[in-house]
Amino acid sequence: MVTDTGGVNDQSFNQSAWEGLQTLKDEMGADVNYIESKQEADYATNLDKAADDEAQLIWGVGFAMADAIGIAATANPDIQYAIIDNGYDEATMPDNVAGVMFRAQEPSFVVGYIAGKTTETGKVGFVGGVTSDIIDQFQYGFQAGVDYASEELGKTITVDVQYAESFTDASKGKAIASKMFSDGCDIVFHAAGGAGVGVIEAAKDAGKYAIGVDRDQAYLAPENVLTSAMKLVNNAVIAVSKEVIEGKEIGGQTYTYGLTEDAVGIPEEHSLMGDETYNAALEVEEKIKNGEIVPPANADEYAQFGK
Amino acid sequence: MEVSKEYAVQMHGITKLFGSFCALDHVDLDVKRGTIHSLLGENGAGKSTLMNVLYGLYQADAGEIYLNGERVHIKNPTTAIEHGIGMVHQHFMLVDNFTVTQNIILGNETANRFGILDMKKARKNVQEIVEKYGLEVDPDAKIEDISVGMQQRVEILKALYRGADLLILDEPTAVLTPQEIEDLIQIMHNLIADGKTIIIITHKLKEIKESSDVCTIIRRGKYVDTVAVQEVDEEELATKMVGHAVQLVVEKSPAKPGEVVFAIDHLTVKDERGLRAVNDLSLQVRKGEIVGIAGIDGNGQKELVEAITCLTKCESGTIQINGQQVQNTTPRNVVDHKISTIHEDRQKRGLVLNFTVAENAILEKYRTEPFRKHGMLNNSEILAFTNGLLHDYDVRPEDCAQHLARSLSGGNQQKVIIAREVANEPDLLIAVQPTRGLDVGAIEYVHKTLIAERDKGRAILLISLELDEVMNVSDTIAVLYNGSIADTFKQGEVDEKTIGLLMAGGKQHAKNS
Amino acid sequence: MQRTVRILKKPITSTILAIVCGFLVASVVLVVAGYNPAEAFGALFHGIFSKPKYISNVIIKATPITLTALSVAFAYKVGMFNIGAEGQYIVAAVASTIVGYLFNLPAILQVPLVVMTGMVAGALYGGIVGFLKAKFGIHEVLTSIMLNWIALYLSNFVVQSDAFHQPNTTATYPVNPSSYTMLLPEWKTSDEGIAFLKQYDWLSEVMLKTDINFGFLVAIVAAVVIWFLLYRSTKGFEFRAVGANRDAAEFAGINVNRNITQAMLIAGALSGLAAVMMITGTNPHRISTLAAFENNGFNGLSVAFIAGSSPVGCILQVYCLAACSMAANLSRRILALLRKLSIL
Repeated sequence: MVTDTGGVNDQSFNQSAWEGLQTLKDEMGADVNYIESKQEADYATNLDKAADDEAQLIWGVGFAMADAIGIAATANPDIQYAIIDNGYDEATMPDNVAGVMFRAQEPSFVVGYIAGKTTETGKVGFVGGVTSDIIDQFQYGFQAGVDYASEELGKTITVDVQYAESFTDASKGKAIASKMFSDGCDIVFHAAGGAGVGVIEAAKDAGKYAIGVDRDQAYLAPENVLTSAMKLVNNAVIAVSKEVIEGKEIGGQTYTYGLTEDAVGIPEEHSLMGDETYNAALEVEEKIKNGEIVPPANADEYAQFGK
Repeated sequence: MEVSKEYAVQMHGITKLFGSFCALDHVDLDVKRGTIHSLLGENGAGKSTLMNVLYGLYQADAGEIYLNGERVHIKNPTTAIEHGIGMVHQHFMLVDNFTVTQNIILGNETANRFGILDMKKARKNVQEIVEKYGLEVDPDAKIEDISVGMQQRVEILKALYRGADLLILDEPTAVLTPQEIEDLIQIMHNLIADGKTIIIITHKLKEIKESSDVCTIIRRGKYVDTVAVQEVDEEELATKMVGHAVQLVVEKSPAKPGEVVFAIDHLTVKDERGLRAVNDLSLQVRKGEIVGIAGIDGNGQKELVEAITCLTKCESGTIQINGQQVQNTTPRNVVDHKISTIHEDRQKRGLVLNFTVAENAILEKYRTEPFRKHGMLNNSEILAFTNGLLHDYDVRPEDCAQHLARSLSGGNQQKVIIAREVANEPDLLIAVQPTRGLDVGAIEYVHKTLIAERDKGRAILLISLELDEVMNVSDTIAVLYNGSIADTFKQGEVDEKTIGLLMAGGKQHAKNS
Repeated sequence: MQRTVRILKKPITSTILAIVCGFLVASVVLVVAGYNPAEAFGALFHGIFSKPKYISNVIIKATPITLTALSVAFAYKVGMFNIGAEGQYIVAAVASTIVGYLFNLPAILQVPLVVMTGMVAGALYGGIVGFLKAKFGIHEVLTSIMLNWIALYLSNFVVQSDAFHQPNTTATYPVNPSSYTMLLPEWKTSDEGIAFLKQYDWLSEVMLKTDINFGFLVAIVAAVVIWFLLYRSTKGFEFRAVGANRDAAEFAGINVNRNITQAMLIAGALSGLAAVMMITGTNPHRISTLAAFENNGFNGLSVAFIAGSSPVGCILQVYCLAACSMAANLSRRILALLRKLSIL
């Protein structure tokens, strides 16, 4: 696998993907390796090096690598490629590339629901990194989840949405979240990578709640991280890799993972919200799994959802 | 000479080669304990090299060294210090923002029994030495705050602190004012009285006469003679040093002054502190005339030169060359108006030491034909021009055009500067301290050059702190005091005493007497 | 003996010695850490030389650092410490990306336009430092460090701005292909090109698998031009005089302040050129959000000083650094360590 510029110890996608590969190694004895990228210009050369190592399947972590994967896959038609967080795109990718996407709106909906149930001020916040289709999933899923809870409780809950315009600027994330807390929000959900670390710090300083993303981020502030909307990249990596090992051609399609596949979810630890809310959230999860609720992934779907 | 315990140092047959160049050729030196022994020679004669061998900075290729009658091998300065040798270099090796005491103990720190620096004790030790030899230095002053003369004392203290019985002073007076020189000589006598031995490297004849007991002369790496100073006069010493008879007072024909080419009118210049360093100064220089400005350092010489060369702004007044005003323009404009200046600070303002001699020779001319061709340097022309200058001005070594200016001796560096400035064919040639640090041979050469240029019809402005020089060379003598001209005289109209009084501010007294 | 001294004094010698010492120190560290240095270096050289495309990648990697090193070395000859190469690089990358994206002229106009834009942007950015030093005497290191950060945030601002931000990425839109400076970018991927290249294994590997571009030629030409400027032209004479002794240069009538500003303009242009060649010559042809400095300028700084500020030494040293950097990724566990040491 080739990491993006975050590196393999990014406490996020790259690390999770690498954990998945290591599990694969332990379980099936697969030969796994990673190459770290320092800057965007490294993607192409690193993908090329991975091809030289005679890999059967090359993982690219992060949507930033989409173009580079497309080019590398064209040059090496015998090797299979998979990219995390980016769909398969016929226009730019040959058919030996598979996209791996997550229905991030699903866990976002669940944490939105939890936030709605937990808020006392009736005001919650969302801090996004940089606007994109993927962050939209988090935002609208979350908003829909909050709405769902407010309907159930019969009270108005508003969602304050702001973007940090960065996935790395923790101080900016902290500034935005602090403002939200002082404006009356008592729970802020973030989908802003490194900038989100600042959101959690702000929650810690203000003594309010933050909701983590991608992984269980409770370790950052055990008293203040209410829950986390997890993307279990490792599970997705294991599932797709297994198919390749079994000899399947995975290319030319987009794998989408959600609650049904156990590739997203919330952590089991729920001491901050209490059993009642947690159990209610599990019920919501079930409803999503059986299709009773379809969380929206973008503005249009969200508009529909409200009706 | 026999090896004897009477001698603090005996160096026999010392030979030192630098590549194929023989810097020292079987040189002998015998220094009696408890004397001041001068080492006299022209720039580049090998004086410093010989002392560096003694101090362990260089290893001799042949020869023996005896200290107090015993053969020693001095491998490095540490061995030299262990043998009680201390050396004060021409360029001080002090840490500017350390105090005097800190500098003295540096590398030889006094520690208490816990291994911690014991500044109190160190300071006391330093104070004892200071008082013993009348060195009068504040042990707590920072080096950057004290004068050059004081810094030199710190260097001497450093050597004494390390237990030196033999002190080598490399051109100690080159950087000192006349008063400081007197003080230094007094200190040297105090040291001798205490049984120390001193070797002093110099090329100043007057000081040898004043301070030394014995003098050894070397010329071009060879031993010439050792004489008792009492028994010879300055002319004899000069002749031995240079190898032929030298005129200590330069001969010249009477000046034939023409029209005024350079005029300063009511010039006022402020110094860095905002004080009027040059105060309403007026001065004229005629064609074919040398105007010498006498004065004690700090009376506005520096600011006057900086104002003329446009390194500093003038407050008021005008500076005219050939009727055109040049004040408050640029240094380049001044050069273009045919004013050339031999700056007093060779290494700072005069030369780019890390440039070759050739590059220095064209430092002002590089942008003119034929040295510049289509924006490029024309190296063959530059070399031809430089070699011409080097030949005309007898710069040594002869083939040094491609050498770094840094590698030349002080006298030869000065020759390069003078050659360059004169080659500009200026209407006004300003010479500021042109013989500073030069030996008698070179001084004679500089003075002759100035007079020759005068005879070609140039106007020459000589600014010097050496009263002898101003008196001997100038046709008109102007006395600078407190930023303005106290008085002017024709050469021969006035004696040294009158000028000396004017320089010290005794204007009325001088006028009345 | 004298000959030895003369050889030792050459800047190139210090470069080679630095490299050799780097290897020696690295060996000791490797042995202490329980690795076999021979194996480690074997892996290193394997990583660099085993395939033509690796060599090609080393060259590509080296290009921007060669140019920033040249920028630093040049400024140093004029007595300026150009720690701002990093910022000049970033600003030029931003400017050339904007222009390369907004304009889409025929390549023959587009490439010079984009290259000039980057160089001018870098030059102006360097020029600010020179101007502030010349006019107000503010030390260049101070202003450069501040300007580096301004450049970083300016770059991120542009990346996030609606006009240039490519949706669903952390980057801007790439520049238009007419700006590319790869060797024959279109021909090599055409059927005809592929067919031709297939005949020569190494050529097809270098051409198709790497972004081999004109950058390395530009860097070498730039080094030669800078050498020529410094040591053959009268302008360079002024530059060197100012660098070697500002006081003497001033006294000789050389306008020190103007030369400082001009030198910083040139140094900035060189850093800018580094960025332009990177943007136009290699994927992804765009700028992306910077979490920290990418060190294109700072690596140039280390290279320039190890090389003793000699243009030729810069080239040699930079290839060593780039080679180590490439190879380190191949067998990273041991060699990440090594790369750090080679910088030391």
